[in-house]
Amino acid sequence: MSAIDLSSDGSRTARGIAFRYLFTLCALLSILTTVAIVLTLLLDAVDFFAAVSPIEFLFGTRWSPTNDPVAFGVLPLISGTLTITVGAAAIALPIGLLTAIYLSEYASSRRRAYLKPALEVLAGVPTVVYGYFALVYVTPALDAIPFVELSTFNALSASIMVGIMIIPMVSSISEDAMSAVPDSLRQASYGLGATKFTVSTSVVVPAALSGIFSSFILALSRAIGETMIVAIAAGQTPKLIDLTDPAGLFLESVQTMTAAMVQIGTNDVVGQSIAYKSLFAVGLTLFVITFAMNLVSEYVASRYREVYQ
Amino acid sequence: MAAETGDQTVDERESEFGQISRTKDVAFRWLTLAAALVGILSLAILLAYVTVDAVGWLDWQFLTSAPHPNPFEAGIFPALIGSIALMLLIALVTFPLGVGAAIYLEEYASDGPLTTFIQINIANLAGVPSVVYGLLGLGLFVSLIGFGFGTLLVAAFTVALLILPIVIISAQEAIRAVPDSQRQASYGMGATKWQTIRNVVLPRAMPGILTGTILALGRAIGETAPLIMIGAPTTVFGVPNSLLSKVSAMPMQIYTWARYPETEFQYGVVAAGVVTLLVVLLSINSVAILIRNHYQHDQ
Repeated sequence: MSAIDLSSDGSRTARGIAFRYLFTLCALLSILTTVAIVLTLLLDAVDFFAAVSPIEFLFGTRWSPTNDPVAFGVLPLISGTLTITVGAAAIALPIGLLTAIYLSEYASSRRRAYLKPALEVLAGVPTVVYGYFALVYVTPALDAIPFVELSTFNALSASIMVGIMIIPMVSSISEDAMSAVPDSLRQASYGLGATKFTVSTSVVVPAALSGIFSSFILALSRAIGETMIVAIAAGQTPKLIDLTDPAGLFLESVQTMTAAMVQIGTNDVVGQSIAYKSLFAVGLTLFVITFAMNLVSEYVASRYREVYQ
Repeated sequence: MAAETGDQTVDERESEFGQISRTKDVAFRWLTLAAALVGILSLAILLAYVTVDAVGWLDWQFLTSAPHPNPFEAGIFPALIGSIALMLLIALVTFPLGVGAAIYLEEYASDGPLTTFIQINIANLAGVPSVVYGLLGLGLFVSLIGFGFGTLLVAAFTVALLILPIVIISAQEAIRAVPDSQRQASYGMGATKWQTIRNVVLPRAMPGILTGTILALGRAIGETAPLIMIGAPTTVFGVPNSLLSKVSAMPMQIYTWARYPETEFQYGVVAAGVVTLLVVLLSINSVAILIRNHYQHDQ
């Protein structure tokens, strides 16, 4: 847009005006979608909170939407979601970051041309397939390790699969940030006699830190919202973290917020029941958490963009 | 390239700098390479396992039969047709809407707070969990408008809204890649904005737009959670014959089968379903890559 704008404003023809409005409408549809999401979630969630107090929902320690006695405490679901997210982060953040360093600092352009699309495939595999892999191949393989007592449905294999799925999110956004680090910084460092290891870890990574953080937050947000892997492989046992043995949760079946939604969704609960309405309350909680994380990620990334442009 | 030069300098001077550890440098290089391969290799191993398990199960009978409680007679036909029908409908909805929004944002919108707001909003929509889109479909299309639980129309609209942000973002990139000089040349010849978009910008951007849309459709075909939320039936025995008939899709069918306890289902029928889904996905993505390569060579 820096060049002189020679375009006529489209007012020359009625057709030009019509298309202009049509395209504007298409763009506004995205805002409408957001509004529709918030409204549909809120409308039914408000009904839900009329029957169950928000305090009971947010701080209750038991989740049992359909079995008597019914209870709608979301904490066990958040606990399950946290378990999966921590497990996935332990896999995806270090591996994704190291991958980004390799792609940006070490790989030849030819090798990068093969590796990048190959990594993207990880994110393109349908999550239902990952869930099946976790249940049928990963769990038995982990169970074969001596002294590991795994439940058929467990948080460990589910979080490993979620971790593998989000590696490309971390690696591609982090790599973009690292590639944007000016070459003069690297050259200055090499001029001082630094090795590539030092340049990568002490110059490039710190300089790209905001982009890397942004990729971390986005990947975690994706892990929190991931549904099919956890619904298939992590099971449906809402469980609160045992503070004396927090790692023990990985070996057992847990239920995440998303898996709880799938369970209610497949159980043919009656349209106007509280269980049905709880779907929207959990959905609203999930939406608020992930939306906030995406906004933070956007904000962190935009701060970094200003530095080098 | 500059980095390579740096590496050589380091090698030559290594003896003079006692604190520089060459072993650490080499070890780190291998560590990063290993990290880059971990995900790809694990996926390759899992794919090898599922392909081996699918052998003997993935045959013509499987592709052309309806689901059946007996694993030896079970097939994926209704779900396969359902997935294809869904994909065509989703393409019909998202392509014009996505391209329209991208044209507005790239060609018409001025750099103002409204444009920034729309952009941030689209980026955020791309990160909303798919299960939440399912609730949107349930609340909006099923409850409010009343298109019925699990119908083809509801499923298509819901998943279309889900992939729309991805289509918009990739179409924007394709339109942005058209050199501004070409627009200016068109205006210089007296063309209006719309004529310029139709005759200059869109033809140039179309390969990129198509590639992005097809890749997004590939994502759409794997979506399961939204279908569960809008009440898509777990098992459908017939192919959809109207917009309001109940529809199943391949991932939905796989999810259902994966929960059956029998080994024949776990390691046979589901494996065959997974391979079918991945083959369809792979074919879709190859079409996208072919389109991209074709036009890259032309230009």
